[in-house]
Amino acid sequence: MEFGPHLVLALLEGAITASVLALTAAGLALVFGILRVVNVAHGEFFMLGAVLAWFVSTTLTETFGTGPAIGFVAALVIAPLATGLVAILADRLVLRRIGYDPERTIVATIGLLYVLQQATLMSFGPEARPVEAPFNTRIALPWPERVDGEWVLGHPWGFGTTSYKLFVIGAAIVVLIGLWLLLRHTTLGLIMRATEQDRDMARAFGIPVTRVYALVFGLGAALAALGAVLVVPVQQAHYLMGGDPLLLSFIVVIIGGLGSIGGTVVAAVLIGLTDGVVSVFFSATLAKIIATLLVAMVLVFRPQGLFGRAGSR
Amino acid sequence: MSRRRHSSPVHASPVAPALPQRRSALKALGASAAAGAGMAAGVGTLSGLSGHVQAQSAEPIRIGFQVHRTGIGAAYGRWYDRTTTAAVARINAVGGIGGRPVEIVAEDDGTDPKRGAEVIEKFERRHRCDIAFGTLFSHVVIGSAPRAGELKLPYFVVSEGHHVASGMLNRYTLQPGITDVRSQVQAMAPWVAGTLGKKVTMLYADFAFGHDHRDYFSEAVAAQGGEVIAKIAIPPTETAFTKYFPKIPRDTEVVYHVMVGPSVLTFVKEMGEFFGPAAPPIFGFIDSLEAVDIASPGLEFLEGTYFWEGYPRYAQPGASAFDAAYREAVGVDDNGASVTDAKDVSTYAHMFGCWETLNIIKAGMEAADYRGPADRTKLIEAVEAMGDVPHSLDHPQGAKRFNGRTHQVFGHQHISKVVDGRLELVHTTSIEDTLYPDEVDYTTRSF
Repeated sequence: MEFGPHLVLALLEGAITASVLALTAAGLALVFGILRVVNVAHGEFFMLGAVLAWFVSTTLTETFGTGPAIGFVAALVIAPLATGLVAILADRLVLRRIGYDPERTIVATIGLLYVLQQATLMSFGPEARPVEAPFNTRIALPWPERVDGEWVLGHPWGFGTTSYKLFVIGAAIVVLIGLWLLLRHTTLGLIMRATEQDRDMARAFGIPVTRVYALVFGLGAALAALGAVLVVPVQQAHYLMGGDPLLLSFIVVIIGGLGSIGGTVVAAVLIGLTDGVVSVFFSATLAKIIATLLVAMVLVFRPQGLFGRAGSR
Repeated sequence: MSRRRHSSPVHASPVAPALPQRRSALKALGASAAAGAGMAAGVGTLSGLSGHVQAQSAEPIRIGFQVHRTGIGAAYGRWYDRTTTAAVARINAVGGIGGRPVEIVAEDDGTDPKRGAEVIEKFERRHRCDIAFGTLFSHVVIGSAPRAGELKLPYFVVSEGHHVASGMLNRYTLQPGITDVRSQVQAMAPWVAGTLGKKVTMLYADFAFGHDHRDYFSEAVAAQGGEVIAKIAIPPTETAFTKYFPKIPRDTEVVYHVMVGPSVLTFVKEMGEFFGPAAPPIFGFIDSLEAVDIASPGLEFLEGTYFWEGYPRYAQPGASAFDAAYREAVGVDDNGASVTDAKDVSTYAHMFGCWETLNIIKAGMEAADYRGPADRTKLIEAVEAMGDVPHSLDHPQGAKRFNGRTHQVFGHQHISKVVDGRLELVHTTSIEDTLYPDEVDYTTRSF
């Protein structure tokens, strides 16, 4: 493949990675920013979203004979909600009881990781299962080619994408704008930000901090689940799929600045596009090595992250 | 406290009397009391007594079954399990092995080499198995075989990799029920180069099994005047594949793919999306779609492409009566899916290896007059002495030729074409097409 179309294809692949990663990592950043909890089980919420999406769409298709579009839309609503509820339950049963203590929450969420993963293995099984995309048309992309000395728009071999992949990118952007509006322009967002800035002061002003914590933990998990529902028609639901998103989310959150949503999104785009370009032109393993190296560099030279406030933590 | 320790003196007697005699019963009791006290001793006494009553033949032959219940090989594990269960039920229905029933002790290896070696250890030390059997993924076999060799536990693998015949493993590891990658690709190369094209791009799983494909197919196609112009390795844990396809050179005449792992459906689907309407001829190993319905949405582009199949998934016109009986026994319909769930597609091209291996084990144990772990080396020698194996219900995939020196079996290979969303058999190789010079003589290695 020629360099030009090859690069565009790499960037497109990267953009899809970045979109899903931005949603997942935003959830992780939100939880860390407000609860100061390092949620090691975050990848499992992602996995849960994908598995629930499969469950909802197949149940609807098999029981009511609905098409893939209705199944997908239902999954888009139900899977993040259900995952959020599971997270709220985990918050009530575990995190609140250990007082959101930073060290103990790490251990507790590691435990949660195994509970969710093994419970999925026991119920959903070890197979990878596909979810049918609501629409999936191949779009051959145009590229200028020189034919008989004239420049014409041609369709190079293998140079294309699918309508669904473009939808994933668009949907992620819409959700992220929605999240930004929620945090910046609603009372709920104000309450969340107040809790983030000073937990005790917020409580003094009558904000039900523990309820805000539960809600934020649920919202963080729901964002991961939403990312998974979007990506599951492109990939497949599998009980071990939470590992990669967890690692990449941590990388993105550390580079972006722990707790900074904006920084996280920028870092997700950076890491996603790097991943796309490096893995298309070189190898997928090299892309992971570069991302990890980038984290090490950030930790050494700018520990607060690219967009974190120095000394604020 | 092991049950076996109490019962062994009883079993050692060559002819068991019909009724327990007072003297020997007292002896058994005494042995139990001397060996230990409590519940375990009581159980030991009972089994010692029953050993007398039922004669030694009642003691089951315990086969440790190393199975991919979880991890990336789970789909294969599910069907290896069903096939094994069906094969053992059939063996037990006709009197077991040498009159003794067969008992399967299954342990999950998590498709993980480290866990695989631990499972082997468990078969020997904890479950007191007679032999170990089972697993597929080459890295698990390569990780487990050294431990089986150290423990002197016969290890019958159903793995396809070239690691057995290459001489990498040991005298205790045998592969008598499934052919290896080197023989498969060697038999495919003339057909691929002659029918589809000579400039081949390979997409393969990046671990031992895929490396066997890369190395031996490249060699075999070069012998046909062809050439592998690009080798694209993909990790079996990969979930997104579009990034690999732009590396396929434009002048590729044939795309050769062999992928494994949980995301094979995504792999094939994204390959179709990449090529669009301009796909070159495609030749795949069915591994890329084992346990996946060929008629899945997004796979329409496969129409007219070719697959290697170890054993045709769809019942072919004129298939043997053995095939029909085997399908019925393992619960698979004419489309290669479970009879109870048409969406549960089997790993038909591989799982027959479990059935056939268990029948080889039965034949080997009976030929060796196998009585217990002391006869393990006799069992291995008996299997090593096997040669031509006829097509039968014991070997429904077809006739085989076992090479005792390399511990590897050879058999017919199949090429199928996707027609109307089904696989239709278009070519079957001879056994001779699959043979290659020995790389090892395990029989010269000491036990």
